[in-house]
Amino acid sequence: MPHVGLTHFLVISSILFSLGLYAVIVRKNAILVLMGIELMLNSANINFVAFAHFGNLGLDGQMMALFVIVLAAAEAAIALAIVLNIYKTFLHINVDEVDKLKE
Amino acid sequence: MPGSNLISLSLIILFLPLIGFITVLLFGKRFSKLYNLEIGILATNLILTIFVMFQKLMYFPEKIANRFTWINFGNVPFVGELKVELGIELTNVTVLMLFVVNLISFLVHVYSTKYMEGDIRFSRYYSYLGIFTFSMLGIVLADNFLMMYIFWELVGLSSYLLIGFWYEKDSAADAGKKAFLTNRIGDMGMWLGILILFTNYHTFTFDIIFEAINAGNIPFADNGWLTAAGILIFMGAIGKSAQFPLHVWLPDAMEGPTPVSALIHAATMVAAGVYMIVKVFAIFTADALLVIAVIGALTSFISATIALTQNDIKKVLAYSTVSQLGYMVMAVGVGAYHYAFFHLVTHAFFKALLFLGSGSVIYAMHHEQDMRKMGGLKKKMPITYYTFLIATLAISGVPFFSGFLSKDGILAGTYAFGSLTGHWLIPVLGFLVAGMTAFYMFRLVLMTFHGEPRDHHKYDHAHESPWAMTIPLITLAVLSFWITYTPNPVSSDAGWFLNKIENQSTVVPQDTRFEFMQTEDVPNEENHNNHTEQAVIHSEHYMHAMHEAHYPAMILSLVLASLGILFAFVVYYWNKVSADKMANAVPFLYKFSLNKWFFDEFYHSTFIRGTIETSKGLSVFDGKVIDGAVNGSATITRGFSKISGLFDQYVVDGLVNLTAFKIGFFGFIFKKTQTGRVQNYILLAILSLIVLFIIFLPFF
Amino acid sequence: MELYDIIFYFFAAMILVSGFVVVGSKNIVYSAYSLLFVLVGIAAFYILLGADFLGVVQLMVYVGGILILLLFGIMLTNKVKGVEIKSDSNFVIPSLITIAVFTAFLLFVITETNWLEITPEFVQTTVKSLGIELIQNYSLVFEILAVVLLIALIGAATLARNDNKEN
Repeated sequence: MPHVGLTHFLVISSILFSLGLYAVIVRKNAILVLMGIELMLNSANINFVAFAHFGNLGLDGQMMALFVIVLAAAEAAIALAIVLNIYKTFLHINVDEVDKLKE
Repeated sequence: MPGSNLISLSLIILFLPLIGFITVLLFGKRFSKLYNLEIGILATNLILTIFVMFQKLMYFPEKIANRFTWINFGNVPFVGELKVELGIELTNVTVLMLFVVNLISFLVHVYSTKYMEGDIRFSRYYSYLGIFTFSMLGIVLADNFLMMYIFWELVGLSSYLLIGFWYEKDSAADAGKKAFLTNRIGDMGMWLGILILFTNYHTFTFDIIFEAINAGNIPFADNGWLTAAGILIFMGAIGKSAQFPLHVWLPDAMEGPTPVSALIHAATMVAAGVYMIVKVFAIFTADALLVIAVIGALTSFISATIALTQNDIKKVLAYSTVSQLGYMVMAVGVGAYHYAFFHLVTHAFFKALLFLGSGSVIYAMHHEQDMRKMGGLKKKMPITYYTFLIATLAISGVPFFSGFLSKDGILAGTYAFGSLTGHWLIPVLGFLVAGMTAFYMFRLVLMTFHGEPRDHHKYDHAHESPWAMTIPLITLAVLSFWITYTPNPVSSDAGWFLNKIENQSTVVPQDTRFEFMQTEDVPNEENHNNHTEQAVIHSEHYMHAMHEAHYPAMILSLVLASLGILFAFVVYYWNKVSADKMANAVPFLYKFSLNKWFFDEFYHSTFIRGTIETSKGLSVFDGKVIDGAVNGSATITRGFSKISGLFDQYVVDGLVNLTAFKIGFFGFIFKKTQTGRVQNYILLAILSLIVLFIIFLPFF
Repeated sequence: MELYDIIFYFFAAMILVSGFVVVGSKNIVYSAYSLLFVLVGIAAFYILLGADFLGVVQLMVYVGGILILLLFGIMLTNKVKGVEIKSDSNFVIPSLITIAVFTAFLLFVITETNWLEITPEFVQTTVKSLGIELIQNYSLVFEILAVVLLIALIGAATLARNDNKEN
């Protein structure tokens, strides 16, 4: 078994990404969808930091990851507010039944 | 203190009302006391303005200007370097105007706290006042045509908002629309004039344009174009300052709240037109000036005759405003533009006083505006009465009051103009108006404040207005005395005011000037760089004529004014002559005046009806001629169509139907994918990504 | 195997197992708690990758902030009386196939690519240099992010506010 290198991190992150994608596509509960999005963002972050680390690319990758974390926080706040609004309107948060986009 | 600080201060003065406007507009509903912010802003503005004014007048005889490049187009084909610059400039005229606008706006703000009390859109009213003040200050500070035009339109907009403030009333809504549309006609002309200049000089800045003309660079190398540009730009003033063909909006604008009338018709909007032509006086040729003078004289005469017979207290004041504006425009036309500006300032104060005073009367009479129902109010409202009387004396041209000085200067100017050029019509009209003004103003005072009360019920309820309304009246009354402007009550020549107004040199070529404005010697080298002091605008000749005209004009105007006052007393105080009898003696003239020379009717039956009839005619033309032609060609086409139709039906349609069927088939299948669920869409997106993967895999 | 590798595999296993629980669990509260482990694992990854400050931030912001927020969301939107805290799925089979193929492609690309790997240098601490970077090269982004956060704060408050007029 080789030493842990860039590929290992990338593999883990891509599996994590797929898991997040699965949650986003499949789950009905809006909060679970949000969790999926967080997973995807985190996997992207791992990529950023891993590339920066193994490519000796300085701090830019970490910087980007930092910004992603900040934006994720903002996104989570807004999205949860929207979810609460959906709950107020429909009395549930099943995204598949919120299909006004069809009309 | 360097001049640039004054520039920054004036920028603050400019933008504070805008901030007030936005804040009050957004939050006025929630915080009902927020209008106090507007008043505070105006008070701050006033203090700053006074500071700037004294600094400028005392320590900066030169003009202070600051420009920046707004848009740089770089090197434009066929034009060359093109950039649009904005900027502000402070001259003595500017700072004086700033003071006038801010002071009257502030007083109107204070006054309105009581007058508009209880109105359902109270805070909105204040925000509108804010944007009005902002746009007017923009016009005053502008150093270029573009900025002036932008703020010019803003003034139009905010006047629309204010005149139609009580839009539940149809008449108010209509008056707002009328004011806006009438102004648009003038503005269109002004914009064309500006474009003529811009096409030639590629700049909007006043100074650069003036210098270019001064250097002999005439638009399209033709003096006619210069005249045209001047007259077109003057059209803007015709609209805004309610001059003769377009004056009809101003009396209707009385539908707005009375403090608004004071603001619009005394200090801001209508003054903008006169201020503008004073500012760009340099580019008017002799022909343009003559047009300006004639239009001004006609305006003042027509509206003075109308004012003689009106019964609505605000209508009288409205027509008197038009008439006085005509005076100012006329003064610019005859070259006495510093008197025009002088009159603008004095008029601003006493006309604001008249409007606010009439507002006080209307307030006391529970929104009764008909003078025939008033009378005897002198005892009930002494402060209003005495301040109103002061303003009336001022506007009638009685010595010791401000109006006398400025009017006298204007009349002397017209008199000199008449004697120098032979256009005697202008001074004759001017003097007639002076007499009529005295008559109708005293008629107003006597009918409203003297005699027996005609409507006892309303009279009994009348009372003096609260201090928030009387303090502005008193302030303005103080400013209506001669001493504010000059120590000598019969001549303003030695006063500080006239001496502070810059001499503006006319820059048009010598052969397009009036003879009396031609300078004997070409401006010499040392003065060449300094634009403001370049050449004396008037030759010695004209100054001499003005001086000579001073005493005859003064005596004549005094005689006419006292005749007018006397006549008013005879008719409305001693009742020696019945007004009805006089009206019956000349029924035609009376009707003509009462119905405002039938201007509205005339416009209605010509322009408005004309437009409607023309469009009807065009529609008939469309129906008969064009449709006929179309139908004819249609018949021919139809023959061909039949043939090609058969081809279409069998060959083309077959293909099209096949395509449609195919699309329908796939649509039927793919319709199921349009579920409206975002999750399914994401799934599809991933699927397509995989397809792309597969396609590009061989290149990997 | 060195210690580094052992730690890596430990946290990788933790991330993957908890990740599967997050997306697969029927009970949404379980999902939320597993997410905690995923996030902690990722924080450990950051530290393994020499980004110590980022790891701390990950713990503070994600675990301390976002996760709590999500839990609040769960609490507010489910009937807490017991039975309803379940969540089911739809389109499981087609989605599973699609995502499996997608992941296969991803892994294929990652493993087949010849990554240019330089032996990484470990910097002792990144906090100082990150801070300097943040106010020098990234100062504009920094400011914009501040504004974005403010807007998000206000927006979230406005959206989630109970409108008294309706009730």
